[in-house]
Amino acid sequence: MSPGSNNGDSFNGQEQRLAAKKSYLWLRARIIQAIRLFFIEKGYLEVETPHLIPAPAPELHIDAISASKAFLHTSPELCMKRLLSAGYPKLFQICRCFRQGERGENHLPEFTILEWYRAGIDYRELMDEVEEMILFVSHRLGFGESIDFQGHAVDLKSPWHSISVREAFQRYASMSMESSMESGRFDEAMVQEIEPNLGVPKPTFLYDYPASLAALARLKQDDPAYAERFELYMAGLEVANAFTELTDVREQRERFESERERRRQQGKTVYPLPEKFLRSLHHMPQSAGIALGVDRLVMLFAGQPCIDQVVSFTPEEL
Amino acid sequence: MYNSSDLKKGLKIQIDEEPYVVIDFQFSKPGKGQSLYRCKLRNMITGVIIDRTYRSGDAFEPANLEQRKMQYLYNQDRVFYFMDVETYEQSSLNEDQVGEAKNFLIDNLQVEILLFDNRPIGITLPNFVDLTVTRADPWVKGDSVSGNSKPVTLETGYALRVPPFIEEGTKITIDTRTGEYVTRVK
Repeated sequence: MSPGSNNGDSFNGQEQRLAAKKSYLWLRARIIQAIRLFFIEKGYLEVETPHLIPAPAPELHIDAISASKAFLHTSPELCMKRLLSAGYPKLFQICRCFRQGERGENHLPEFTILEWYRAGIDYRELMDEVEEMILFVSHRLGFGESIDFQGHAVDLKSPWHSISVREAFQRYASMSMESSMESGRFDEAMVQEIEPNLGVPKPTFLYDYPASLAALARLKQDDPAYAERFELYMAGLEVANAFTELTDVREQRERFESERERRRQQGKTVYPLPEKFLRSLHHMPQSAGIALGVDRLVMLFAGQPCIDQVVSFTPEEL
Repeated sequence: MYNSSDLKKGLKIQIDEEPYVVIDFQFSKPGKGQSLYRCKLRNMITGVIIDRTYRSGDAFEPANLEQRKMQYLYNQDRVFYFMDVETYEQSSLNEDQVGEAKNFLIDNLQVEILLFDNRPIGITLPNFVDLTVTRADPWVKGDSVSGNSKPVTLETGYALRVPPFIEEGTKITIDTRTGEYVTRVK
């Protein structure tokens, strides 16, 4: 099925379709319950932060939906980091996030993020925790150490694969990472040539992104051309994005300013600077954080290639 | 003008001065990267299918297409002639452009002709057309081998299977979308 293909049918058709999703909605609920249990057992505090915020993080390609002089959050990142700075070292949140114009097989403009932060670790240590969390969920649900997604067996046994962005370009793309950046074709190469190869037979961490592609990540100390950022792929599907968090106030302000300038040049909405977040950054401990697409995790366990199947309603069905 | 967020299956746009219809469409957006709209497009004149990837911010010219009601007149040397029912102007399509529709074209049939920049490029038939059976073998009672249907040929030369009671000279209704028998015309 294609995304949004179910709009405009009869009442009966809608009811039948909702009923047909029953096993996936049960699976979704059990996955969310298992995630919660994992973090509670590890001593994380579950938090809720506002969905309606005055200033989303300025990032060139993430567009917020405006709502009566404010914005719906595109992720809970800034509020959660303020909590981190205020002395909450282990935090998690499962919440709806909103991004304008994102709709496709793997995208909904309103979707569910699991976001967590932990003080005192870097992105490498966070990779281990991601593995541990997803394996916990898989065992809890009775899937064990392997899941089948669209004809691919994904082997969850530790350790998972990892490959740097630069190596991934060398191995899978028709151009080098540098030339893709120069010609503005980084994203195209990623989607068309690299992503389909990632995450089989084992989940894959794609790590060390060019510094300009990680507005909130710390740069590598031994090579500041790269940021300590990774993405997790399973069966070609992007599941999570993570950083060692940037805690340098001045640098964060400069990066926000440059993202805002790029948005201005492209004629996009320029958000106010999140000043309270920037001020709190003075106190933020060294930490790592990650946003994981819960809907996509459900797609993987459900074996469903279209996000429409794992949510109760799509925007077209309302 | 359209922009990339308007892209969806069925959208008709102009590329290099030719009309294309979006036949497949995939939205993707890697990590924190830009939105990419991967499309398969069919050239509405040549039928050639191309792949294109668009980004947010790209703009497209809508294809200048128009449907006009026309009457089918005749065909000669593989060219099919039509007359605009309002202006009485004549237009023509070649055999490839007419395609399967030639199986159901009878004189004076009213059809829709698709024009691109005032140039005819395609045809849409009414969903149902009545045609006369010009050849039908008599049905042998008890013939269970051919089941519940028999082959006939229509005035246009089109052959299909119909229920056994249809005889030569009978007028029948055909669904032009499937090419199948619908009913006998009373």
